[in-house]
Amino acid sequence: MSIRKYKPTELLQGTLDLLILKALVHGELHGLAIAHRVEQLTNGAFEVKPGSLFPALHSMEEAGWLASCWGESENRRKAKFYRMTKAGRRQLQTETNDWRRVSSAITAALRAT
Amino acid sequence: MSVLHRIIAGCRNLFRKSDVEQELSDELSYAFDALVEKEMGQGLSEAEARRRAGIDLGGVEQLKENIREARAGYHIDVLIQDVRFSLRMLWKSSGFTLVAVLTMAVGIGATTAIFSVVDATLLRPLPYSHPEQLVSIQSDLPEISAHDVGMSQPEWHDLQQSGIFEFVSPTWFDENNLTGSSKPARVRLLIVAPNYFALLRTEPQLGRTFKPQYNSPGFIPEVVISDALWKRNFGGDPNILGKSVRMDTDQYQIVGVMPRGFDSPGRTPEERNIEVWAATSFYGPPLPDQPLRNRRNLPTAIARLKPGLTIAAAQSRLDALAVSLQKQFSADYPNGWRVLLQPLKDTVIGNVRQPLFLLFSAVGVVLLIGCVNVANLLLARASARGREMGIRQALGAPRGRLTRQLLTESLILSLLGGTAGLAIVFAAKEPLLRLIPETLPRLNDMSISWSVLFFALMVSIVSGVVFGLAPALHSGRLDLIHALNQEGWGSTGSGERARTRRALVIAEFALSLVLMIAAGLLLHSFWDLLNVRLGFNPQSVMSVRTRLPYPNNSSIDKYATAAQEAPFIRELLRRCKSLPGVEGVAIGDPAAIPLDQTQRDLNTLEGKLFITFEGQSSKPDAASLVERSRVTPEYFQLVGIPVLRGRLFNEFDTDAAPQAAVVNESFARSYWPDGDAIGKRFKSTRPDSPWITVVGVIANARTQSLAETDVPQLYLNVYQDSAKHLAIFLRGCLNTVAIPDLVREQVQAVDATLPVFGAQTLTQTLSDSLSQRRFSMEMITLFAATALLLAALGIYGVISYMVSERTHEIGIRLALGASRSNILGIVLGQGLGLATVGAGVGFVCSLIVSHLMASLLYGVRPTDPLTFAGVAFLFIGVALVACYLPARRAVRVDPMVALKYE
Repeated sequence: MSIRKYKPTELLQGTLDLLILKALVHGELHGLAIAHRVEQLTNGAFEVKPGSLFPALHSMEEAGWLASCWGESENRRKAKFYRMTKAGRRQLQTETNDWRRVSSAITAALRAT
Repeated sequence: MSVLHRIIAGCRNLFRKSDVEQELSDELSYAFDALVEKEMGQGLSEAEARRRAGIDLGGVEQLKENIREARAGYHIDVLIQDVRFSLRMLWKSSGFTLVAVLTMAVGIGATTAIFSVVDATLLRPLPYSHPEQLVSIQSDLPEISAHDVGMSQPEWHDLQQSGIFEFVSPTWFDENNLTGSSKPARVRLLIVAPNYFALLRTEPQLGRTFKPQYNSPGFIPEVVISDALWKRNFGGDPNILGKSVRMDTDQYQIVGVMPRGFDSPGRTPEERNIEVWAATSFYGPPLPDQPLRNRRNLPTAIARLKPGLTIAAAQSRLDALAVSLQKQFSADYPNGWRVLLQPLKDTVIGNVRQPLFLLFSAVGVVLLIGCVNVANLLLARASARGREMGIRQALGAPRGRLTRQLLTESLILSLLGGTAGLAIVFAAKEPLLRLIPETLPRLNDMSISWSVLFFALMVSIVSGVVFGLAPALHSGRLDLIHALNQEGWGSTGSGERARTRRALVIAEFALSLVLMIAAGLLLHSFWDLLNVRLGFNPQSVMSVRTRLPYPNNSSIDKYATAAQEAPFIRELLRRCKSLPGVEGVAIGDPAAIPLDQTQRDLNTLEGKLFITFEGQSSKPDAASLVERSRVTPEYFQLVGIPVLRGRLFNEFDTDAAPQAAVVNESFARSYWPDGDAIGKRFKSTRPDSPWITVVGVIANARTQSLAETDVPQLYLNVYQDSAKHLAIFLRGCLNTVAIPDLVREQVQAVDATLPVFGAQTLTQTLSDSLSQRRFSMEMITLFAATALLLAALGIYGVISYMVSERTHEIGIRLALGASRSNILGIVLGQGLGLATVGAGVGFVCSLIVSHLMASLLYGVRPTDPLTFAGVAFLFIGVALVACYLPARRAVRVDPMVALKYE
């Protein structure tokens, strides 16, 4: 099953948000590092293009789930780091629960004959 | 939480745009650099690495735009951009903008002005608490087709006890002589039941109103006065309460002052602008102590329904009550009896609904024509801007965005127009209000209220969308290749666009023709009314009113009988005859003032009389309700109504002689169709009335209404049947400014307590009686003229555009030898073709509209050929002129220039 056939934004609205939040569980990261982390988390199944990553980051920040600050990157350059807020943590919880419900429902539906 | 965050973020995006953009730029440039480094780390050249990084990001600028779109407030930001751009475009073509905004200003301003009238009169509820419970009560005697005959005291009592109403109050309009303040003044008095103010649930601004429980005989010795009277006659004295005033020689104490702006609910301006309210239980002096059931002397009544009762439910219970009362008192109801409830608001509004509806439709049509005109202008501009649109689309602007921007432009135009229109209405408010006839009920203040402002806003938005839609949709269908290939200013425009423009002009002409036909019919009616044969001569006649007191204690009444009043009348006639310029004098009651609409509309039962004829009817108790005036013998000669048979009143018709009557031709013909009226007798249905003998028949005259020719009229002699309300008629070469004061001196020389008021020339009275018709006619004509002007501008625009579009073709035609008159014919033919099709459509619509307004016409059929022909003639003339100007330009085309231009 290849997910990459679809544009990530079109695929299951909200999945990208969920993955970004998940990627930030252990601390702050800058944009490209988030993409990299998502790839790692999904064992390379999701390759997040900057074209969808950055708009998602900005709108999540505006929703109050992420906060950002300017810091220094690993190669000593000025970069924008994102971290999860309390609201973001709550959002992660709800989205995780939603996802579990949906995925178990779909799994059950596919099992049925 | 999240919504709040987005709002805050949106504000930041909008107001600190440069910071946000800078951060975005920094963030992405880091990402770009990081990607480049990564690629270079894999051994690529810098140029190649940069290329790949760009591909990875999907283009830095495109990515930025994607991010912006995801942000809060993006749509507002786009709107601001659109508005800015539109304003710039509109500013650049300021001529077009000016014309469009002015057109919309006229349309929206006029519509808003008329709406504020409709809102105040028809839409807003009456300004009393729970107005939906308020009703007016009308009694009819259907068997003798007598309507609105009034109510008797016992009937009022029955309605009170019926359990249907919370309160019922008769209302009795009267004029009164107020002699408490500086000089005798005539005041408008409303005699009501003590529960009147409790019924309306209105509180006074000062003091109190009547105690609703009062039930003793006669008048409560207290009055409530209006704010206007308080300020005018008592200088707004704060210690007014408890002061006594004399009204008709009786003493009353002022107990309350009503608030400013409080009007009684009445049908006429007189009844609404009440100055004094007095209360009685409608029996006891001056009324009979034992009121009779069939003596219906209480002219009108209002009531408040019990809560929760609908008018229909109340009416059915009332019908049952009426039936049982008729059974119980069969002797008092020989000719049926029906009591009808009507929402009080309908009674107050009266018959203005239809003219107002007509006005509102007319102004709506003007607005629509305005919209069509602006749509036409926009289409012409869209052709000119075809290239611009093409370029913008080629550079990647989505079609939706272009349509959106064009709609923004038209909305801005209409909102600007609406604002300008409102400003005009605001500025011209006073003169506009003066145009509205007094007879239009306005219990509600006619102001620019919130609902009016809201209406103006809605109208602006809707018309903006209406006229913006056609050009905006056309832009969506723009053919890119075609648009970009065009030379110069895009020109020709698609054939489709030209078709739309022609259709719009046709619609415009059809609409304005309908308006012009309506205006033409009203004008023709009005003209006919002004030129009817009156049957009397109003020239150089003035009427001045006075009123004799009517004390509650009739034993102190100086003018109780005709014999007592006669010396006063004779003395007054003698004195007035000697006034400068006066050639003839007569005295009568107000019903004798020809065409005095304010008197006719007042429902006082004053000018009406129930009579029965001697030995004529098979049913002895069948009464007839007739119009009655009381006059002195000189009256007929003074107003110039000739006698046809018999004689007029003379000096022998005195109190001692048998009562004589003069009737008009129509009266004689309707009651004695096969015989001579002279010598026939009849009498009033009031108890102890004497027989009255017809002594003369006079010619019919339109003294009741200009529109009605043969209303039966009965004249009695003031010396035999006395009247308290008097009108002094003077004929001659009168100084209309000085006469009122001169007459006042003479009246008050005879009796110093009498007020003198209401001086008017008969021609003025006649003109006033037409005020509502004149208002409708003037407004509709104004709107029709505006519509025609707009339509002419529309056709002018289309034809000029066509000429400039075809300059090249005309040049070729001329070069090939076409004569100038050929060219003129082609251009004029095009314009006239459009006008003729529009006129055809308009004529069909006019036939429908004119039948709908048939009741507003007088003496003119809805298909009046003269009006239709006249309008058609004017119409074609205007179209010709509007087309001739551009046609002349076409003729002057120089073939050389036209061909080189290409």
